[in-house]
Amino acid sequence: MITRDLTGRLADALRRVVGDDALVTDPSELRTYECDGLSHLRVVPGLVVLARSSHDIQAVVATCAAAGVPFVARGSGTGLSGGALPRADGVLIVTSRMRDILDVDIANQRAVLEPGVTNLAVSRAGAPHGYYYAPDPSSQQVCSIGGNVAENSGGAHCLKYGFTTNHVTGLEIVTPAGEVVEIGAGAAADAPGYDLVGAFVGSEGTLGIATKVTVRLLRAPESIQTLLAAFADTDAAGGAVSSIIAAGVVPAAIEMMDALAISAAEAAVRCEYPAGAGAVLIVELDGPASDVAPALEEVEEHCRTHGAFEIRMAADDEERARIWKGRKSAFAAVGRISPDYIVQDGVVPRTTLPDVLREIARLSEQSGIDVANVFHAGDGNLHPLVLFDGAVEGEEERAEEVSARILELCLAHGGSITGEHGVGVDKAKSMPKMFSEDDLDTMQLLRCAFDPAGICNPGKVFPTPRLCGEVPGRRQGVHPLHEAGVAELF
Amino acid sequence: MSVLFELERACTTGHARPATAADAVDGVLASHVAAPVGSDEVAAVVRVAAAHRLSLLARGSGTKLDWGNPPTSVDLVVDLSGMRGVLEHATGDLVARVEAGTPLAALQEALSGAGQRLPVDELVPGSTIGGLVATGLSGPCRMLHGAVRDLITGLTFVRADGVVARSGSKVVKNVAGYDLARLLTGSYGTLGIITEVIFRLRPLATHRRYVAATFDDERQLTAPLQAMLGSQVAPSALEVGRAQPAGPVTLVALVEGREAGVTVRAAGAARLLGGTVSETDTPPAGWATLPGTTTLKVSAGVGATPAVLAAVRELGAEHGCSPSVRGSAGVGVLYVGLGPEVAPGALAGLVVGLRGRLGALGGNAVVLRCPAEVKASLDVWGPVKGLELMRRVKAQFDPDRRLAPGRFVGGI
Repeated sequence: MITRDLTGRLADALRRVVGDDALVTDPSELRTYECDGLSHLRVVPGLVVLARSSHDIQAVVATCAAAGVPFVARGSGTGLSGGALPRADGVLIVTSRMRDILDVDIANQRAVLEPGVTNLAVSRAGAPHGYYYAPDPSSQQVCSIGGNVAENSGGAHCLKYGFTTNHVTGLEIVTPAGEVVEIGAGAAADAPGYDLVGAFVGSEGTLGIATKVTVRLLRAPESIQTLLAAFADTDAAGGAVSSIIAAGVVPAAIEMMDALAISAAEAAVRCEYPAGAGAVLIVELDGPASDVAPALEEVEEHCRTHGAFEIRMAADDEERARIWKGRKSAFAAVGRISPDYIVQDGVVPRTTLPDVLREIARLSEQSGIDVANVFHAGDGNLHPLVLFDGAVEGEEERAEEVSARILELCLAHGGSITGEHGVGVDKAKSMPKMFSEDDLDTMQLLRCAFDPAGICNPGKVFPTPRLCGEVPGRRQGVHPLHEAGVAELF
Repeated sequence: MSVLFELERACTTGHARPATAADAVDGVLASHVAAPVGSDEVAAVVRVAAAHRLSLLARGSGTKLDWGNPPTSVDLVVDLSGMRGVLEHATGDLVARVEAGTPLAALQEALSGAGQRLPVDELVPGSTIGGLVATGLSGPCRMLHGAVRDLITGLTFVRADGVVARSGSKVVKNVAGYDLARLLTGSYGTLGIITEVIFRLRPLATHRRYVAATFDDERQLTAPLQAMLGSQVAPSALEVGRAQPAGPVTLVALVEGREAGVTVRAAGAARLLGGTVSETDTPPAGWATLPGTTTLKVSAGVGATPAVLAAVRELGAEHGCSPSVRGSAGVGVLYVGLGPEVAPGALAGLVVGLRGRLGALGGNAVVLRCPAEVKASLDVWGPVKGLELMRRVKAQFDPDRRLAPGRFVGGI
């Protein structure tokens, strides 16, 4: 019933507003949008619109709102939590055609972007002026700014520079009712009223679609120094991290890899990290040359005190790239040593890292499931890669069990279920472990303010939707969550 | 059962009493004062208020109650000054969990023992954490360390219906759930009563140097300002000051860090500022304070400071008043101050004129504080983008409009 409506009446209505060229209805073409970076979850979207402008998005959303049909926004589809997983009974609105950099205003340190602009393109646009865009998710060559806004993306350097939310100053959004609204301060520092931009960034596409994004550009640092230190084990490396931070040094990034992750990276990209290392640390410092040089010496000293048996400094960009190569390839590299793996994204207080790593090792030993650890040690964001072979009876279940236990471990230490990948569909069921029913109910008040009909990326973030009460003066469509049964997704 | 009795019963550790004239909020008399201790007691008090449909307003040390519009009514003042304490200070994680009634100065004192600080300046002496967050008030160090909202990792608040809600966590990196802390920051108590805040901290700088240069007028400021913004000096703050609308303009860069780096960077700043430069280890007079008894907050692009100074000078002359300017040229937030003698007409003319000029620059002007009698005829907040969405948010969080009613933008 719903499907016939989508391919029939709704498709006609959408064709009228965006034209044939922007509408995808062919089943095999629709299939290419069935998943994002969390590729084991797949749903073929009912319809896909390849939007060219905020006007297109506004028209499509208004059409969906009138028909009570759910919609999902998608940028480049690199998300790792299924935030852009389509709806079979809904419309997928793709922003990747909207790639114009609308303005680069160096005097005011701002750039205005269409949502499909890639993260790296923003830094490239600032580069001729000596400026860059700080958040740098590993997928930065392809991931879109619109997606970054939805997910509040971080990156290795967010230890010092913060996340997307710290760098977005204004948005034009299309609300789930189909209105175009400008929010935030844009070129200015502050604007009167609630910080709607702060609430919108990281809302995982559930409050509307960003159609124009104003970001802050930063002056590129004068000096960047990168150091690689090899330790006997993760305990020693973790100790070095703690003493670097305790000494008051604020590196741009501190990354750690354990022995299994190192061997995977070695197999994949021949990163040539020191032989026999049970753990490596990558520490990057940036800023004025006068401050970076002494800080680097200090970092080196802390590493040696904690037993680093080999320390390498990158002398130039090429050597720096070589140091980072192993770290950046780590996720893909474990594919070399294991047919399947689960990526976790839990966060723990930095000081508990050694304890948590020991407990992960124990879980791994007890279950016989290997876990490779690659993580942002500076801010306690773990990325344990839980390895398994789906072809072996029962192994997937055991891997999922280990993975779930790791998340519980993070929460038991006062941490978070996700540091940067987002909740999406992947971790919605874990939200009640981190937040009380009241907390989740309160968050959904915001949802109800933006999307009372519950048609904007439904089924993401929250395990159960809150039914929004009648809001005076606002018409409510049919509640599609009633019909569609979001619960089946979990 | 009387309201007062119920409020007393809700405050098991704290207390409740009838309000006095001293409890008036921006000229609006209150009926009751409850001073709960802890989130649960605040929630119990708020439930009493909900049951009796009382309007309510949170108060810390009461330093900014006259900011924004006067509330349309205040049946109950929720006094959080008894809730002071650093509940948790994880020194190795550079994180602290703090009760809302804690004075900022007391927090800084507690953190300094571990060589740490919350990199937020005390613009209004005596401010509590709750008031700081509710007004989103940041000072000079925002340039390097971010605004208050950028430093919060978690927040606990009590909803209008008395439910305790938390968002965020005590880890510095977390994207689980909506960021309600940002929504509450700068909401002037209209969405909930903030009871606890978790902050990320920074190490205390061992050395600091203030490098100051003075220019004859704002036109001479453009080049050194752009030079500083585009430099590798990495100042923690870049402050501008002008005591008289047509007088000289002072630009001060604060350089912080380890001794060797500070020496080199301060010399760099001096070179870029040019002219006669002075260097000190202590802040110059007026540093991190708000000018005037009537104070406007002007936000514009970080490059627009000379244009804002010119607008203030010209509009001051046009309306026969003598505004001073102080603020963060490194951020794009300037404060315009006027004395108690300013005529209401002149103030209104200045504000309207500034909004006209700033509109073209993408900026805005908000009247933070001014005599209560002037507010009746002056829109203190000015035009607000996204106001309709804000009303919908308010309608969800406080459907009966009992939290600081009328104080915020658009009569929220």
